[in-house]
Amino acid sequence: MMKKNEPLTGSHPLLPNLDQEIIDEMLLKIGAGSVEELFSDIPSDIRLKRGLRLPEGQSESVVRRDLQSRLASNKTPPNSLCFLGGGVWPHYIPAAVESVVSRQEFYTSYTPYQPEISQGMLQALFEYQSLMCDLLGMEACNSSMYDWASAAGEAARMASKVTGRRRFLLCGDIGPTRLEVIRAYVSPMDLELESLPFDVRSGATDFSALSSRITSDVAGVYVENPNYFGVLEEGLLDLSARLHEKGGLLVVGVDPLSLSIVKPPGKYGADIVVGEGQPLGIPMNYGGPHLGIFAVKDLRLARSMPGRLIGMTSEKDSEQKAFSMVLQTREQHIRREGATSNICTNQSLMAVAASCYLAMLGKTGLRRLGEVIISNSHYAAKRLSRVDGVASPLFKGPFFKEFAVGYEGTRAVSVYRKLASKGVLGGYPIDRGFRLGREAGLFCVTEVHTHADIERLAVALGEAVMR
Amino acid sequence: MSRKGRVGYIPPLDPKIKKSVGPPSSYIPRELRREDDGGGDALNLPELSELQVLRHYNRLSQMNFSVELGMYPLGSCTMKYNPKVSEMIASSDGMRHAHPLQPEETVQGLLSVLHELGEMLSEITGMHRFSLSTAAGAQGEFAGVLMIRKYLRDHGLSEKDEILVPDSAHGTNPASAAMGGFKVVKVPSGESGLVSAKVVKELASESTAGMMFTVPNTLGLFEGEVVEVSKAVHDAGGLMYYDGANMNALLGKTRPGDMGFDIVHLNLHKTFATPHGGGGPGAGPVGVTERLAEYLPVPVVSKGKSGYYLDYDLKQTVGRLKGFVGNSAVLLRAYAYIRLLGADGLASVSSLAVLAANYLWSLLDSEAYPVTHGKGMRRKHETVVSVRSGLPGGAMQSAKALLDYGVHAPTVYFPLIVSEALMIEPTESEPVEFLDEYASALNRISRELKEGRLGNVPRNTSVGRVDEVKASHPSTLKVRW
Ligand SMILES: Cc1ncc(COP(=O)(O)O)c(C=O)c1O
Repeated sequence: MMKKNEPLTGSHPLLPNLDQEIIDEMLLKIGAGSVEELFSDIPSDIRLKRGLRLPEGQSESVVRRDLQSRLASNKTPPNSLCFLGGGVWPHYIPAAVESVVSRQEFYTSYTPYQPEISQGMLQALFEYQSLMCDLLGMEACNSSMYDWASAAGEAARMASKVTGRRRFLLCGDIGPTRLEVIRAYVSPMDLELESLPFDVRSGATDFSALSSRITSDVAGVYVENPNYFGVLEEGLLDLSARLHEKGGLLVVGVDPLSLSIVKPPGKYGADIVVGEGQPLGIPMNYGGPHLGIFAVKDLRLARSMPGRLIGMTSEKDSEQKAFSMVLQTREQHIRREGATSNICTNQSLMAVAASCYLAMLGKTGLRRLGEVIISNSHYAAKRLSRVDGVASPLFKGPFFKEFAVGYEGTRAVSVYRKLASKGVLGGYPIDRGFRLGREAGLFCVTEVHTHADIERLAVALGEAVMR
Repeated sequence: MSRKGRVGYIPPLDPKIKKSVGPPSSYIPRELRREDDGGGDALNLPELSELQVLRHYNRLSQMNFSVELGMYPLGSCTMKYNPKVSEMIASSDGMRHAHPLQPEETVQGLLSVLHELGEMLSEITGMHRFSLSTAAGAQGEFAGVLMIRKYLRDHGLSEKDEILVPDSAHGTNPASAAMGGFKVVKVPSGESGLVSAKVVKELASESTAGMMFTVPNTLGLFEGEVVEVSKAVHDAGGLMYYDGANMNALLGKTRPGDMGFDIVHLNLHKTFATPHGGGGPGAGPVGVTERLAEYLPVPVVSKGKSGYYLDYDLKQTVGRLKGFVGNSAVLLRAYAYIRLLGADGLASVSSLAVLAANYLWSLLDSEAYPVTHGKGMRRKHETVVSVRSGLPGGAMQSAKALLDYGVHAPTVYFPLIVSEALMIEPTESEPVEFLDEYASALNRISRELKEGRLGNVPRNTSVGRVDEVKASHPSTLKVRW
């Protein structure tokens, strides 16, 4: 089709000006003899004379067929059952949400730098901020971070900067990947991370036993609710009271869907809330794109927040309401090395999905969803308890949609793999670093799972734990 | 419009399960329960039907400009066309419903794609290995800065605490350096708009940890002394970081690895045509030379005897920056784009992107829109002009006036070293006829601006000029309904 380094012949659907006549006219106007001349300022010893060693281009029909068949070889729903969680969860996405986020007006635009022609995105993001504030019980929510884990990392950094303190406490029952990301995010700072022990019976943190560790040099405490084991944390109101007395900040990580039925963190003293917005109408997508939630309680903290914020204003010459980006002086494009964070491109489209999802379910639908999830997950936990060689749920604490299952004399990794070979994805092994003293796996049951699915899981688990 | 009990979607509850478990709220201790009536913590979400929700969002979408509506030459952002076929592929069940914690043997199809993508990006940039985990350019930068930090510490050089950043750099560069705990030393680019190796040599010292460098730079100029600059930084014991946001100019022409860079990030949402999503998502994979391969953020996708796998076994890794794998569905689209173009097609992309930028510039009235730096030089993928209207705010006025022509404005007031800057990046996907129209619109606007005939712009947009100053009052960050 085209020769190496002189590729400018033929035609290609993505290259409308790939036509010698057009190119010659353009060169004439520029006053250049050749396209090559436009690159003559690149020193010749660093020119790539051999051309790129990549396959030749192919038509969209060929590429589509190849990729669709490779992706079809993945074992995923609807052909497998997925009971995996851990920070990404299988949930149903209403068709209307998919329809909205596949509108090119949203997905082929960019950061709304020109508010007059970006009111749609701005208003959708403003509504996202508002709906999230209602769900979380918070006062200001930014228009997205990369994901839960990086939002948690930014929150730890922010707590340290706001308080000027150098100790930050983490509950021992938070998700291991969040822990790793927080560690990496604070690694360049002079900030000491300390892990709090959790109770291996309840699967939750006993805060009353820990109040002596909350001293006036603590920048903040990070707790997940529900935690990695799916268990809801109790005693958070007392924790926040103690922490606030000592001048520290409470950072809470949430699964937003749990707040359909669980008290919102704004009600028990959270100063910063982070979380994973993926369950709000966003596909699991093998890890991304997802939606990092970041919200604060006190508006004064909004000035120290990372990320973009949308506000309501008006036209310059009238009272007509309009939206635009606000508090931009916190951000890298203005403040540069003094910015609250380096984030620029974020996950806006996912925030639109979340806001559409919340509008679709509304007050009644979301409440019902929470009830369906709790019913299904508790039914499943009970059903699995009838499987020989299995302790389900392993922990005594209350849970929302995830629960741990303990095994007798079987490796959790082998159960997880055997389940997968039967078309059931679930039982992600709980890392030995948690020191549970036994082998256990994590299961997630939501509204997508039917009675029959749970039966199939129970049978498959029975076979997988048999030695 | 909201009406009690109205829903757009409601999930089913299996009667058998309902009977077996009883009232759901009994599973949540009272103190932890969100009450659904009375009390301060009841949900206050709107109650709408599916059609109402769709009308609302469809109307909003009509108040939003996008690449598929018209020319969007936002400088530094590479707003090229995003092929529809990539959207179709990314909507496969095998992508959407893949869970990042499922066993690797059950996602070999997708892992093979990710692995090949990493190898292709290595070839395109001249790097040894890539980690695809970072979610955007800025996160790639943060990863890079952390790698510089860790590498130097491992080599007993922790006293090196400065990173050189040209004054023309994007804001994320100094912000990332600062997040990584470094002091930022600004490198002035002078009248040429280029970084001179001599200046870098003067600024480099035993404190120099590295330099973040954008090539071509944000003025659209190729940094002709890049090899010497790299050498100067390396001589001082520092590492070279390549901000790949402008790679659309150089595909198949030259490679950061050959210019002397040690670390590279690419913005797949720019150069590799994944949609910008109204602000995101993107993907900002980071690649390194062999000596830094073990420092990459985890996981990287590796190929072993029994297939592809997520590799966490990197001895010196800076750790994990994102919860799970990476923005996989974005990575998949970028891979599809590379396959659509191939080696020669990618080289043509850069040829035509550069041709378009220089062509559009050649059509502009050079008195109204002079360049302030690099006067006799060719541009690469974008051109930055200064609006000479005799009035402050001329760039913003011109930008707003353009909106009435059914096109998007260029980036304004960036880079900071150009006063009244308009940064225009047309990309290779814009047919020449539209470049002609865009230039003639800008030329007409400059005449009207000069003659005071521009008036209140924009006029034809869904709202008039927005008051962005008033917006900064923080009591307006949410609304009740
Ligand atoms: C030159 C340059 N560097 C870095 C970035 C940051 O990339 P991202 O927005 O993907 O984080 C951008 C884009 O906004 C850019 O234009």
